[in-house]
Amino acid sequence: MSQQGFRPQAFRDPAAAQRLIAAAKAAVAEPVAIMEFCGGHTHAIMRFGLRDALAPEVRLLSGPGCPVCVTDDADIDLAIALASLPDVTVATFGDMIRVPGTGGSLADARARGASVEIVYSALDALDLARNQPGANIVMLGIGFETTAPTIAAAVRVAADEGLANFCVLSLHKLTPPAMRAILDGGVVRVDGVLGPGHVTAITGSDAWSFLPERYGVPCAVSGFEPLDILLSVRDLAVALAEERPAVINAYRRSVTGQGNLVARQLMDEVFVLGDARWRGLGVIPASGLDLAPAYAAYDARNRSAIELPPAGAGPHARGCRCGDVLRGVIAPPECPLFGRACTPAKPVGPCMVSAEGACAAYYRYGRSPS
Amino acid sequence: MCLAVPMRIEISLILTPEAREGDYVLIHTGFAISVLDEQEARETLALFAELEEASRELDRAEGREP
Repeated sequence: MSQQGFRPQAFRDPAAAQRLIAAAKAAVAEPVAIMEFCGGHTHAIMRFGLRDALAPEVRLLSGPGCPVCVTDDADIDLAIALASLPDVTVATFGDMIRVPGTGGSLADARARGASVEIVYSALDALDLARNQPGANIVMLGIGFETTAPTIAAAVRVAADEGLANFCVLSLHKLTPPAMRAILDGGVVRVDGVLGPGHVTAITGSDAWSFLPERYGVPCAVSGFEPLDILLSVRDLAVALAEERPAVINAYRRSVTGQGNLVARQLMDEVFVLGDARWRGLGVIPASGLDLAPAYAAYDARNRSAIELPPAGAGPHARGCRCGDVLRGVIAPPECPLFGRACTPAKPVGPCMVSAEGACAAYYRYGRSPS
Repeated sequence: MCLAVPMRIEISLILTPEAREGDYVLIHTGFAISVLDEQEARETLALFAELEEASRELDRAEGREP
């Protein structure tokens, strides 16, 4: 076929965008609140001015969908402590390195001599292990269902090769339990959910069926181009107006009902469910992924050669309201630090650090709170 | 545009063994995580085109356009 269908430009047509915005606004009888789970969506929404364009009939709320942002201070402290051990190199995706824990970031620790390597892919961490047989390479497993299978693949490769100096600190988190925690919390009114497209490419759209079934909340799984997002918002507006909550797959070129079965099977093989600590949401049972018993040798927490320091539970940075931003309780400009004490150049909280963070998106593309 | 970045891109197909040469894939941290469905992409674009056409017809019917 022509490449038309995959050029981002094809999904950015301003006239079609205006039609979808008008259709969404016309569909709702009274204002509705839609939470975009994913930080990637927050960035696209701010970049293309969709939030302002849809208000006030449709109010878009940012959710907890930034893996770096929801990583707890204590887990960052743990990663830093690991990187500071002799013979240990922590391998991490780049977006994690500047996120502060209670005692600075991995970047700060590296400046003090800790061994931290930025990798683009978990496979690069395997290369580090192959090339530095004297070092213990600890890959930070941070990410949602999109990333977890890639880490699982690396663990499987390490096991197949008998690569003994590679292991994973799994801090992976699952998205449906977080959405459930926000709805159960009841602090924020959420009428509809913009489902995370790339997470759902793995999990399948069926993973969100609990939203309409248990909560009566429609969910539209969305791609990341403006027309993808607006189509999803329109579909949610119509579902709300007709009082017919359902899971709508508005990203069918990449997402199926069942998702990526190869990836899901690999995750099931390498990981088991565990409790996880979320910034802003606390400990959510069965919302994380731990290494399965068969792969215990690749769990950083089980390595006898690596003495795991106790997790710190220091206070969050004073005044930082990332936790409330992640639950949709406040928009970033409502934080007293936003744009003043906390900027991308000198971030206080993770939501200002990460490329997927809501504060970074609001700072970069627009600072009006409405 | 004078900027150029030398890159060597290696993509793992571990998670998408069904991918064939010429397919479009979604890439996440060096892994293809989904093979794009061309038919579905075309249908979504057709939906936008229909929406345009429908609203143009409405405009004409209501005399907003000559």
